[in-house]
Amino acid sequence: MKKNKLIDWKNYDPSEFFDELIASKGKPRPAATAITDYLGNLGSDEIQTRQQAAELAILEMGISFTIYSEGENIDRAWPFDIIPRVISLREWKTIEEGLAQRITALNMFIDDIYNEQKIVRDKVIPKYVFANSKNFREQCRGFSPPLGVWAHICGSDLVRDKDGTVYVLEDNLRVPSGVSYMLENRQLTKRVFPELFDNTSILPVDDYTNQLFDMLASLSPRPQDYPKIAVLTPGIFNSAYFEHSFLAQRMGAELVEGADLVVGEDDCVYMRTVEGLERVDVIYRRIDDDFLDPEVFRPDSTLGVPGLMRAWRNGKVALANAPGAGVADDKVIYAFVPDMIRYYLNEEPIIPNVPTWMCVNKQDREYVLEHLEELVVKPANESGGYGMLVGPHSTKKQRAEFAALIKKNPRNYVAQPTLSLSVAPTLCDEGLASRHLDLRPFVLQGVRTYVTSGGLTRVAMRKGSLVVNSSQGGGSKDTWIVDEEN
Amino acid sequence: MLSRVAERLYWMARYLERAENNARMIMAFNALSMDMPRETRLSWKDLVAVTGMGELFDQHYQREDERNCVKFLMADNYNPSSIASCIMAARENVRTTRDQVPTDAWEVINELYRYTVDNLEQGIGKRARHEFLNEIVGRCQMLNGLLAGCMSHDAGYDFIRVGRNLERADMGTRQIEVGALQFLDGWDGTESYGGLLWTSVLRNQSAFQMYRHNVRRGVSGPLVIRFLLQNEPFPRSVLHSLTEVAGALSRLPLNEIPVRTALQAVRHVRDGDVEALIRKEEVILFLEKLQLEIGELHDDIAKTWFPVYETA
Repeated sequence: MKKNKLIDWKNYDPSEFFDELIASKGKPRPAATAITDYLGNLGSDEIQTRQQAAELAILEMGISFTIYSEGENIDRAWPFDIIPRVISLREWKTIEEGLAQRITALNMFIDDIYNEQKIVRDKVIPKYVFANSKNFREQCRGFSPPLGVWAHICGSDLVRDKDGTVYVLEDNLRVPSGVSYMLENRQLTKRVFPELFDNTSILPVDDYTNQLFDMLASLSPRPQDYPKIAVLTPGIFNSAYFEHSFLAQRMGAELVEGADLVVGEDDCVYMRTVEGLERVDVIYRRIDDDFLDPEVFRPDSTLGVPGLMRAWRNGKVALANAPGAGVADDKVIYAFVPDMIRYYLNEEPIIPNVPTWMCVNKQDREYVLEHLEELVVKPANESGGYGMLVGPHSTKKQRAEFAALIKKNPRNYVAQPTLSLSVAPTLCDEGLASRHLDLRPFVLQGVRTYVTSGGLTRVAMRKGSLVVNSSQGGGSKDTWIVDEEN
Repeated sequence: MLSRVAERLYWMARYLERAENNARMIMAFNALSMDMPRETRLSWKDLVAVTGMGELFDQHYQREDERNCVKFLMADNYNPSSIASCIMAARENVRTTRDQVPTDAWEVINELYRYTVDNLEQGIGKRARHEFLNEIVGRCQMLNGLLAGCMSHDAGYDFIRVGRNLERADMGTRQIEVGALQFLDGWDGTESYGGLLWTSVLRNQSAFQMYRHNVRRGVSGPLVIRFLLQNEPFPRSVLHSLTEVAGALSRLPLNEIPVRTALQAVRHVRDGDVEALIRKEEVILFLEKLQLEIGELHDDIAKTWFPVYETA
């Protein structure tokens, strides 16, 4: 009988890194045995066929993201690797707890610094840390949103080092994206490997949009049965437009652009409908603070809504995330999150931070400048992997440039050791090979706190690369939280 | 429903209908051109004229041959009415209102777009043309079916109905106009081919079979014009389309002005005395007035419900 080549896991080499699926050559981790056994029996031709089926489904379903390149917006098909990344439920429970702990402390911190600033008075965090932060909004001083929650939706990036420890790499508290891809990735896996769901206990992820809706609805200034919820998007040219539209659709919310909204004399927010003006209660905004309200922030913004801040401060509309929440997203403030957890909650952090040198401190700065070759240097306020120096992969010229940047504006830079990000088997041109990855779970906080089961796994498709951002050639995987005991 | 969404759904429907009409028209003309004797004048440029893009064509082409005309009507992206442009615009309108239309409908239009892009090159050629156009028509119909069957028949759907039927009425008047022009010119080919021409005009609107059922007389100019203009039950006639528009408009809020304009247009179509108009050589004038009314109706709709764009 003619057969295509079966996958022999003994030939798969996780190398010196921590592999999410394989404990050591030929030995899968317990939570991953179902998938590795299954793939082993499929054969390489069949796996390729399934990958192609997934790619076709992505085109048909129109799962895309937009990249801006050479003056043009290009709508790209979402990059997806069919082999899931697996985490055991037991480990996940701890991570889940750690993420909930973290968001709670972060929200207490944001509420504190816009009001009493007790944490500064008690000398846990020096004032300069946020006073100079680009995302500290003077306009938010003396205000506290309902429940004291500022960051209702948080996407924290987790990485795993060589020894298996999971760290929080950064917290995204402004407009974190990716959750729609987490949901679509699961849809794709269900299409591609329907058989696997019969015999494995994989935690479902589909509940997210219901949870998001409930959380948003609970923020409504008019407690009633049918709050009007809108998703505010910068528009079709934004890289995450697909997601904005996806979330609006799944929640039955209105997808609005700035020009669709107007703030009335009564400080209420209205949208322009075919029946005239209709009041909006909750806005899930996917526009940065800077562009939110030209009356308060950038006056040249055409994406925002004049008067929106006024409406928010007067309690006529809820904004998620609240303006100013991004202050805690700063990479210098990140370094203090463990201290915040101890200070506000009187608990030890469950998930550790990656050790961080702050260039603003003389001692740290000197160390960083001497060790540029081994460190990752990040600007404090950027996202999407831009403006970073990855020491081991850098040229002498790049290091010299960064040394100059750091000296010029030390507050704006932090450095971290280059972690050996964990890997997982990924379908590449050369067949199954190990590729580095991270994980972005999403956390919701309102009356209750909710953590997604898993999150979005992003994978660097190039060999040895640590850059997982989809805008820079990264791919993605479905993430399985597997209950081994069931 | 947001004004912006209403506008996009309306245009989505118009573009889709335009793509489908163009596809039907080219298919019918394609078949006709094979029947006509070689010495008989049959200009592909007439098709371009139907779409109202004659001037644009002249800016880009010198030769009015089949290949150029077909390419212009099907593929050229600077022609906003080419099939490819229409499908792209329809898809873009759905993409920006994806939260409002059923997911299946988005997938169908997305696939229609990909099919068009992938097969356009071949579709222009003579051999695969029919198959390509037939597929386009089929997929447009599928989308209409999906929207009718799976989308709530609320304001959003009414805007789709308005867009689709307004476009259909507009196209209908143009089709009749081209046929009438030839009729009035005194058909210079052999008389026996006059029947073929009118049959083709009917086929452009997929109306031949229904005409036979309804009219039960031979194919002649005045009868065809009357059928395409005033036959109430036939869903592609101008009267039927405008009646649909008026019906959909009457369910929308704040509709006073557009409904009045629509009903007026319906009345004008119904009251037109085709035989008398032909006798007095006023058919073309009548049709052109009708097109203006359709244009006004669009303006009223835009003024009533669509967003106001501030010009900087």
